[in-house]
Amino acid sequence: MEFEDFALKLTMLLYGVIGFVVVVGGLLLLLDVVPNYFARRREAALVAASLGGGDAPVARRARKHREGLLGLAFLLPALLLLLIGLVIPAIRTIILSLFNGNGSAFVGLDNYGWIFQENDIVRVLLNTAGWVILVPLLATSVGLLYAVMVDRARFEAVAKSLIFLPMAISFVGAGIIWRFVYAYRGEGDQIGLLNWLWVSVGGTPQQWLNIDRPPLNTFLLIVVMVWIQAGFAMVILSAAIKAIPSDIVEAARLDGVTPWQMFWRVTLPSIRPALIVVVVTITIGTMKIFDIVRTMTNGNFDTNVVALEMYNQAFRYQEAGHGSALAVVLFVLVIPIVIFQIRNLRRQREG
Amino acid sequence: MATVTYTQATRIYPGTERPAVDHLDLEIGDGEFLVLVGPSGCGKSTSLRMLAGLEDVDEGSIHIDNRDVTHLPPKARDIAMVFQNYALYPHMTVYENMAFALKLRKTSKAEIDRRVKEAAGLLQLEEYLGRKPKALSGGQRQRVAMGRAIVREPQVFLMDEPLSNLDAKLRVQTRTQIASLQAKLGITTVYVTHDQIEAMTMGHRVAVMLDGVLQQVDTPRALYDKPSNVFVAGFIGSPAMNIKTVSLTDGGAKFIDMIVPLTREEVEKARANGGGDKVTIGFRPEDCDLVGPTEGGLPVVVELVEDLGSDANVYGHAALDGVSERFVVRTDRRHMPNMGDTVFVKPRADHNHAFHAATGERI
Repeated sequence: MEFEDFALKLTMLLYGVIGFVVVVGGLLLLLDVVPNYFARRREAALVAASLGGGDAPVARRARKHREGLLGLAFLLPALLLLLIGLVIPAIRTIILSLFNGNGSAFVGLDNYGWIFQENDIVRVLLNTAGWVILVPLLATSVGLLYAVMVDRARFEAVAKSLIFLPMAISFVGAGIIWRFVYAYRGEGDQIGLLNWLWVSVGGTPQQWLNIDRPPLNTFLLIVVMVWIQAGFAMVILSAAIKAIPSDIVEAARLDGVTPWQMFWRVTLPSIRPALIVVVVTITIGTMKIFDIVRTMTNGNFDTNVVALEMYNQAFRYQEAGHGSALAVVLFVLVIPIVIFQIRNLRRQREG
Repeated sequence: MATVTYTQATRIYPGTERPAVDHLDLEIGDGEFLVLVGPSGCGKSTSLRMLAGLEDVDEGSIHIDNRDVTHLPPKARDIAMVFQNYALYPHMTVYENMAFALKLRKTSKAEIDRRVKEAAGLLQLEEYLGRKPKALSGGQRQRVAMGRAIVREPQVFLMDEPLSNLDAKLRVQTRTQIASLQAKLGITTVYVTHDQIEAMTMGHRVAVMLDGVLQQVDTPRALYDKPSNVFVAGFIGSPAMNIKTVSLTDGGAKFIDMIVPLTREEVEKARANGGGDKVTIGFRPEDCDLVGPTEGGLPVVVELVEDLGSDANVYGHAALDGVSERFVVRTDRRHMPNMGDTVFVKPRADHNHAFHAATGERI
């Protein structure tokens, strides 16, 4: 009985592997064969044209046409995926946000009204605002400070990888790790690091994530995100600091800067573009924060955020309208940051 | 208004055996324009950076105006430096770039403004004061870098190949500008270059370095006329001097049938200290004549003739002791030979340079 079950599983696994190999292999083969085929044809056409002397206008137009088709062929997969994965769901979400919970009746902007009237949801928005302000600020500052401090120090590589390692941990994993840090036991010995610290400075053990002063527990969750993102900030900013031409640093030393002035007047302006990229990337990531809150408090004790509430509304309470409206609000909030980022990139490219 | 003195100054980079700068002794007078020149890796830039305080001094000392600056930080040395890539602060305007050092020293706003405007006037930068460096051409950036040094009114200017990023024409122009500016301001200047023409045209004195060792310091004229060893002889002058090591006879140096005459003392010196019966003779391309086949010249087969307009360089080879050696001769355009011709080259008397075959020192 058990063996049969096992055999079935194995067969399914085998099918899966075969399927994977066929699809991926087929795609790779296609990617190899198709451009080669076009390249060969093009080469042949060029040879023919050069043998034939002049390049007939008709042939040229035909070739241009073919090149356009080729470009489209390469664009198609990306366009298709964007359409299926992004554009259609976005439109559908916007439409859903104008309907009631099960999508049966049009309710206009009521769902949006609900967001700003319900006290719990306003709390969610405020929490998210706290996240979005604090995480980029703290993660970038910590990362920058660290990058400056370990720059050209001994054991720089080791020191940097220590800070960068949390990046490799999933948000869920990090959430679980930090739940142990904040852990509280009603009786017996405390096992949480924070309570140990707190007790050792003379406090009594606290239920950190369910504390009666709400913003504190949200802040403790924010610390987890900062712990993860500081490594990312540090790596990018460290690279930017290393890219500052050494003669500019030397010129500043000759001009007589103190280390403090060196940081504020030379280093910081020089790495401004990288700084913006880091802040924007972390901000967008933070707006969508879901896993940490879900793992650590599940949004209880006034720690809820927009992404989690959106999920709860749509899939736990079956209120698709509310969930969609929250998604749209999140989307609208992200747009200005994305536009800022794109403009920034474009300005950089223009030099 | 300062003198600069290197005393046995040595720099050994960590992890290397050979010093980058080896016991450098050099005195630079007040208001002097001294050029440090040499091939890449000869330690000229390192010497300059030691003076700037950007490089440690491992042995010996450096004094500016009798003040020991050997271990002072750069900002305490009252110097200003112009970098090869200009090292302008990209986020500051031209004005801010020039004012930065003064601002750090808490100079009054009015004084900063006066000095920046003055320097900008001197360098024709008035229209560009509000621009950022990236909106300037290479030549303008170079002038901003100069301006940044000038406004500080330092005791010593340090320039590290400031012209090497300019195109050939601009380089010649800027060369004369810098030289006349230095003459006007009268500030002691140490200038590093790998270009011997820059060195010869700009420097009051030129210091030639090789492998971290100072080879010779002298006026451009003296370097050209009396190079103290084979390296300096070959480095200064373009095209380079013809330098060949040949057999020594009692009357002089033997180039096949041609004898380059040497005095009895010279011959004796050449033989001493393991010189054997060889001597190294150098003669400049411009210090020889093309003569007739019977006048005792060295037969050279012409490989290439460079017509420079005013005159021509003739490149060719001759077999000395069975080994083919290359020679260059500068000649009048009227007597330009053709490729494949054999010409007879005769160095002018009293324009030869004789060096010891083993040590390379001038005899």
